[in-house]
Amino acid sequence: MIAKILKYQLRDVMRSKWIIAYALFFLGLTDILFRFGGDGVRVATSMMNVVLIVIPLASIILGAFYLYNTREYIEMLLCHPVKRHQLFWGMFLGLGLPLVLAFTGGVMVPFIYHGAGPEAWTAAGMLAFTGSMLTVIFVGIAYYLALRFDDRIKGLGLALVICLFFTVIYDGIILLVIYMFANYPLEKPVLALSLFNPIDLGRILLLLQFDISALMGLTGAVFRDFFGTVLGMAIALGSLLLWLFVPVYGGFRRFLYKDF
Amino acid sequence: MITIKELDKHYGALHALKSVEVDIAPGRITAVLGPNGAGKTTLIKSVLGLVKPDSGTITVDGTEVNGDSDYRRKIGYMPQIARYPENLTLQEIVDMIKDIRGYSGISGTSKHFSGDLDMELWDRFDLDTEKDKPFRTLSGGNRQKVSAVLAFLFRPKVLFLDEPSTGLDPVSSSILKDKILAEKKRGTTIILTSHIMSEVQELADQVVYLLEGRIYFELSVSDLLADTGQQTLERAIARKIGQNGAVASRNGMTQGHRPADGQNKPVHDHYAEREQTFVTEGGTS
Repeated sequence: MIAKILKYQLRDVMRSKWIIAYALFFLGLTDILFRFGGDGVRVATSMMNVVLIVIPLASIILGAFYLYNTREYIEMLLCHPVKRHQLFWGMFLGLGLPLVLAFTGGVMVPFIYHGAGPEAWTAAGMLAFTGSMLTVIFVGIAYYLALRFDDRIKGLGLALVICLFFTVIYDGIILLVIYMFANYPLEKPVLALSLFNPIDLGRILLLLQFDISALMGLTGAVFRDFFGTVLGMAIALGSLLLWLFVPVYGGFRRFLYKDF
Repeated sequence: MITIKELDKHYGALHALKSVEVDIAPGRITAVLGPNGAGKTTLIKSVLGLVKPDSGTITVDGTEVNGDSDYRRKIGYMPQIARYPENLTLQEIVDMIKDIRGYSGISGTSKHFSGDLDMELWDRFDLDTEKDKPFRTLSGGNRQKVSAVLAFLFRPKVLFLDEPSTGLDPVSSSILKDKILAEKKRGTTIILTSHIMSEVQELADQVVYLLEGRIYFELSVSDLLADTGQQTLERAIARKIGQNGAVASRNGMTQGHRPADGQNKPVHDHYAEREQTFVTEGGTS
């Protein structure tokens, strides 16, 4: 049943203009960076900064919009012999999968025709993986919000605030903490703080892989010093998975018991 | 066919349904009426499983509604506002619903459908000419027609029609009404909501009137007309509410104590205002 729902969802989403625009955006940008820089690893590193900002924003906004727009459709489907948990996964994968495909496709295709080396491919693969994780995490958060708040202005507003919080405000808070408690050993608290931000985790994961200390920022540097590359990556990955699980499960529970 | 016992539902502080008891007889058309916010939608959505009631039981054709989705095989539902995936064509939408209901093997145009599926409305609405258009380009009337087709498609035992003629042109609306009456003859149980009282009078056998989360009265259309001595259902309901309403609000909704001059007395309570709005609503739509 999930497959049936998914089939029509994919057909619908893949035909929409915004998903094509989303794929073309990544394709165009990666291509331009190749033409400027040439080196695959450099391109992946530059794309990282774009990915870490664009993907959370796009995923959370599109996710919330999508669920609000399909509200009547969900109600209609629920009047047929469809189980709620099946419909939830159908709707979740129905948006998450196209977004992941559009992003990975857009980033990977230039790597193919510009002919990147094995090192560049690892970097690109890591970029695609982290970007995909962030996509599903933020679609999950969006679904939770859209199911929690029936008022779409409230839901979308909160989605924007959460996204801004993780991309901008969170770093500001960490800086403020460091500044205020400059006389104390702060490595461990800052380490703990970085685990609570999925975007930070994505950045750490990528930078540990790329091994570019200059771009790593404080949390990343502390992270590597403390855990070492391998353990650090494992912990970052584990925390990201937790970030995936919690909002999606929250949304799932809401969907099961919601009054439509 | 549908038995509802002590159904209770709160939305936060709002008590939407207050121990509602209804028994909807099989093979008849029952209209669920009442002013906005009376609990009509909540009641119907509870039966469809969209709303989870706080307490009480609902039985549809012998199956208790308890979270399992299988009983919905017996149900067809035509929502008031239909939204389907924007980029799917009409044909794909029908295919999707068939697929979900497990009829995917039967494909092609209407002429090739087996007897299991009812494509009469598809043909009569002439939707074959529109079948390759994406849903987002369809007019409001055509969207409504798709909903109607899907509601009748699987020959359900129970049909829910929420404001079925909204947005339909007179010809289509009358095709739909013919279809509703034909389905009733086949023995289908039909539950209808509408703001157009002439439509209700034309179609319904039974009226269930909800007010503030309670069943205010449950009468057959002919009894209602005879009781109140009115020609039209709209007037009859207005009279019925006027009779009981003024008293009910004073006696805390206990029915039966009708003052001798109740019919002529100018009433200034909110039930009377409800009646006013109700009459205008019915008259203008």
